[in-house]
Amino acid sequence: MAIEHEDVRRAAHLAMLGLDEREAERYVTDLSRILEMVDRLQEVDTEGVAPLAHPLDTTQPLRADEVIEPNRRDALQACAPAVTDGLYLVPRVVE
Amino acid sequence: MHDKTLAELARGLAAGQWSSRDITTALLDRIERLDPALNSFITVTGDQALQDAEAADEARARGQAGILAGVPLAYKDIFCTEGVRTSCGSRMLDNFIAPYNATVIDKLRQAGTVSLGKTNMDEFAMGSSNENSHYGPVKNPWDHSLVPGGSSGGSAAAVAAGLVPAALGTDTGGSIRQPAAFCGITGLKPTYGRVSRYGMVAYASSLDQGGPLARTAEDCAWLLNVMAGHDARDSTSVSRSVPDYTSELDKPLDGLRIGLPREYFGEGLDEGVASAIRDAIRVYESLGASVIDVSLPHTELAIPTYYVIAPAEASSNLSRYDGVRFGHRCENPETLEDLYKRSRAEGFGEEVKRRILIGTHTLSEGFFDAYYRKAQQVRRLIRQDFLDAFQQVDVLMGPAAPTPAFPLGETADPVQMYLQDIYTIAINLAGIPGISVPAGFVGHRPVGLQILAPHFAEAHLLNVAHAFQQATDWHQRRPDVDSPDPR
Repeated sequence: MAIEHEDVRRAAHLAMLGLDEREAERYVTDLSRILEMVDRLQEVDTEGVAPLAHPLDTTQPLRADEVIEPNRRDALQACAPAVTDGLYLVPRVVE
Repeated sequence: MHDKTLAELARGLAAGQWSSRDITTALLDRIERLDPALNSFITVTGDQALQDAEAADEARARGQAGILAGVPLAYKDIFCTEGVRTSCGSRMLDNFIAPYNATVIDKLRQAGTVSLGKTNMDEFAMGSSNENSHYGPVKNPWDHSLVPGGSSGGSAAAVAAGLVPAALGTDTGGSIRQPAAFCGITGLKPTYGRVSRYGMVAYASSLDQGGPLARTAEDCAWLLNVMAGHDARDSTSVSRSVPDYTSELDKPLDGLRIGLPREYFGEGLDEGVASAIRDAIRVYESLGASVIDVSLPHTELAIPTYYVIAPAEASSNLSRYDGVRFGHRCENPETLEDLYKRSRAEGFGEEVKRRILIGTHTLSEGFFDAYYRKAQQVRRLIRQDFLDAFQQVDVLMGPAAPTPAFPLGETADPVQMYLQDIYTIAINLAGIPGISVPAGFVGHRPVGLQILAPHFAEAHLLNVAHAFQQATDWHQRRPDVDSPDPR
């Protein structure tokens, strides 16, 4: 499946990744080549083959819904770009 | 001292031949002298290492030291280490001081090992050459014009150069085995789920697996003894008892059935590499093993399958880097969307962006079934190939990479670079363990023999690798890193 400039712009927006026009154009070429390689999968007959999400073919175990971690808010927020009163600060988006 | 294996250093510590402080000081001096040319470390934690070394020596004097106490290690900068920068090779995490330890780091610290620092790597473990690091490329100790392999290239180069006896790496598509092969050392990717992934920065969660890079299979066994085991904090880690991986090392190989996948010896394989691998197989035959021709018919589909699944998982995992809670934040963002987009644009490098874009595209509306679902179906076929082969043989053998180490800057085409992982990638899709051991040279460039075993058969895998190292001396060859200009 071919990929076009607009597809790259759309993926970049969905991924919240800023791209200028020149970069987007370069990625059209790269991604087209990668998808061309990946398209070989379409030739494989997978009728009746169940998808394999976990390499050991097991399901994710469930655990009890219990609090097991102590509150380490101060330590975890020590590496934040901006914090005040225990809250992460982001730009104002509503005037 | 820098030429010793991890086991030799540990035995010398136990015998009182040297102290942990002696070893640590010698290796820190060596790092200071040699690493500016190699660039194998991102962060050297010298002061902390000396403190830990003295603590290990004191514990030993009190008779409270375990077998690995005082042994120096280094960690790929993908493992969270409390109070130490954990950059994952990315500008995005250049300012990130991890607030906790990865489970394997905790386990190795509890065993008394001494960390010398964090090793260089391809950004977010995406790469086959270690040229994608924000901190610049790592040089191959055998020849500074060559790549060390990726993405655990810093760990591999540091071990090969004798800066540290062993280091941790991670392997998502070959990132322990391929750099081990390129640098002439031993690298083990355990079975998926055997070693906890908690605190290991996630790239592709259903493929990532941490493991040791060292000089010998014996050293890998010692480290795996500490690293392996269930971790309640990692829901993908396996609840299964951990054997003593050193206990089978010396078992004879009589009756071993080796499968040679014919797809691993076809077009694209360097003649010199093929010749070294065939010589290695003959060594095994001389030790009593028999060789059987087998087929892994879906081998050629491994790379296309990987380049759907890994970027899809990466696009999800890397969405956490949004400039809000930690990591790089752009200057003066105008809106929240501007904050996200510019922080991510500035923080991520080219290869990471490429994989985020491909992953986001293949998971997006209208494409999911054609790409992601299809790749997961083919993944089952690839895994089944290995299960079928292991009905006939005990282990599989072949090259770890189609060529020896290539020149820095040689491969600009991403698709060509992806083909480097043709012999390693399927192993991650199937979740089986694999090891690369030194098995010869093409000119001065090391060649790695890859050995594969069924799920959780690491003890047997290490036994098979160890037998080879008892019969050959490839793992004892050292690059001339003390020369001012190696090659």
